[in-house]
Amino acid sequence: MTPEERMRSLKARILDCASSASEGHVPSALSILDILWVEYAFVMSEQSEKGLAVDRFILSKGHASLGIYAVLEALGIIPTHWLDTFGSFDSPLGGHPDRLKVPGIEASTGSLGHGLPVGVGLALGNRLAGDNSRVVVLIGDGEANEGTTWESAAIATHHELSKLILICDFNHSGDRALSMGSIEQKFRAFGWTTAIIDGHNHEEIYGALTVERQSEPLAIIANTIKGNGIPSMENNPAWHHAFPSRDQLSQLKEELR
Amino acid sequence: MRQSFAQSMTDILGEDTRHVLLLGDIGVFGFSKAASNFPGRVLNIGILEQSMVGVGAGLALSGHIPTMHTIAPFVVERAFEQIKIDFGYQDLPGNIVSVGGSVDYAALGCTHHCPGDISLLSTIPGIQILTPGTGHEFSSLLRQTASNDSLTYIRISESSNAISSETTFGRGSLIKTGTRACIVCFGPTRDATMAAAAGLDVSVLYFTSVQPFDFEIVAQNVSSGKILLVEPWYQYSVVGNIIQALPGRPLEILSVGFAKKFRTKYGKASEHLCDAGLDTIGIRKAIVDLIDA
Repeated sequence: MTPEERMRSLKARILDCASSASEGHVPSALSILDILWVEYAFVMSEQSEKGLAVDRFILSKGHASLGIYAVLEALGIIPTHWLDTFGSFDSPLGGHPDRLKVPGIEASTGSLGHGLPVGVGLALGNRLAGDNSRVVVLIGDGEANEGTTWESAAIATHHELSKLILICDFNHSGDRALSMGSIEQKFRAFGWTTAIIDGHNHEEIYGALTVERQSEPLAIIANTIKGNGIPSMENNPAWHHAFPSRDQLSQLKEELR
Repeated sequence: MRQSFAQSMTDILGEDTRHVLLLGDIGVFGFSKAASNFPGRVLNIGILEQSMVGVGAGLALSGHIPTMHTIAPFVVERAFEQIKIDFGYQDLPGNIVSVGGSVDYAALGCTHHCPGDISLLSTIPGIQILTPGTGHEFSSLLRQTASNDSLTYIRISESSNAISSETTFGRGSLIKTGTRACIVCFGPTRDATMAAAAGLDVSVLYFTSVQPFDFEIVAQNVSSGKILLVEPWYQYSVVGNIIQALPGRPLEILSVGFAKKFRTKYGKASEHLCDAGLDTIGIRKAIVDLIDA
């Protein structure tokens, strides 16, 4: 399967699950899908194969859970039949991920602004324990409104958490409320090393996630498109928490790229 | 009680390297020696209570046991969602030690009052809520719970009882027997309650654990159905525990505690306790009213 075929397959799976369950934040899941795939399928897999400490990944924008579930399923980390039950009463897979139910989920998230403080604590704790694992936290640009983002950014700098990586899924969903302007400049002002990448370009994602660093935490600002890969859904706020009907499902799948 | 916290927490840090203390820029002087002795495990994390709790949860995810310490309204009310989600929902262990509960910082005004901590935290499934009445009881309860698998909230009170009890986590104790009513008191209200009940035919139960609660001792010691709660926080915060302990029983329950209003006066904590009827005179009046009703 080529990378393009892989991504189309994951997107189709996400659409099917959301349609079947009448639940899920599809555009948000598509916005981060490339990042998730590169991190889990390449960066973490390679770390594991080489016997290195494997990243601890926190999906702070938990409403994009369909994205991470699809990736975990494709990699065989969760059983296939789980995703078929997405959002149902007894399913381990809900609209936001639960670390106590789902392998590969480090933190239960949903309320925005929680992932980065938890990631800072995990990085501090790993260092105390002599664990070389990096901590990777994925937030959204809208989530960056939360004050805990900047409180945690200051703590991370003060404690020189060089094994902490933040990825900001910058799909501009926050612009309609409180635009944060240049998030990259803000993290730089807080003393972080920063990088700006195309969040749908696998080589750029991989390069940013594997760069050697010194003492500062790293913020990767990933420019992304909400609903990426489905033209009628891209940057269309009507789809934020909407689910495709059967008719719409066929149409959206035809659009997939 | 503050000194007991500093001493017992320092001891625990020395005995078990899993423990990490996070200070919200409060109590720093008392832990200066511990900070030198245990580098990286005593952190003055800053004035950012919600993130302090989140950082604590991350430490717990790495296998550590965080203890978070600052002023009650900030660590409980500002950081409530982090306590609920990051610890409660994720089922992570840790300890929150507050100062300044209820009106301990009376003169600082309503921003620094926190009579709602007990009832608010009680809504979090699985949390342990402890209100010791002396420094000795504080140390004992901290030692009994600090390393268990749950989230524990312990309230440091500015006032202390004269005599400590042998305190067992989760258990209440019968400290006076009587028949006409049962008085249920908590933490630092023990001395005032016992003075108020002197010479009256009432029983007195003393609790330092609000959650888990000793339902059994209530069921065994309430004979008349008349119960007075002496609560050094919002009135009726724990009434559900009493009702749950006595299913199907006709009960007459009153509470002496802080009414649900902003206490906009300043002064000393003792003045607020007196105003709320939590002094010996007020408690005795409430007992007499109840048994004569």
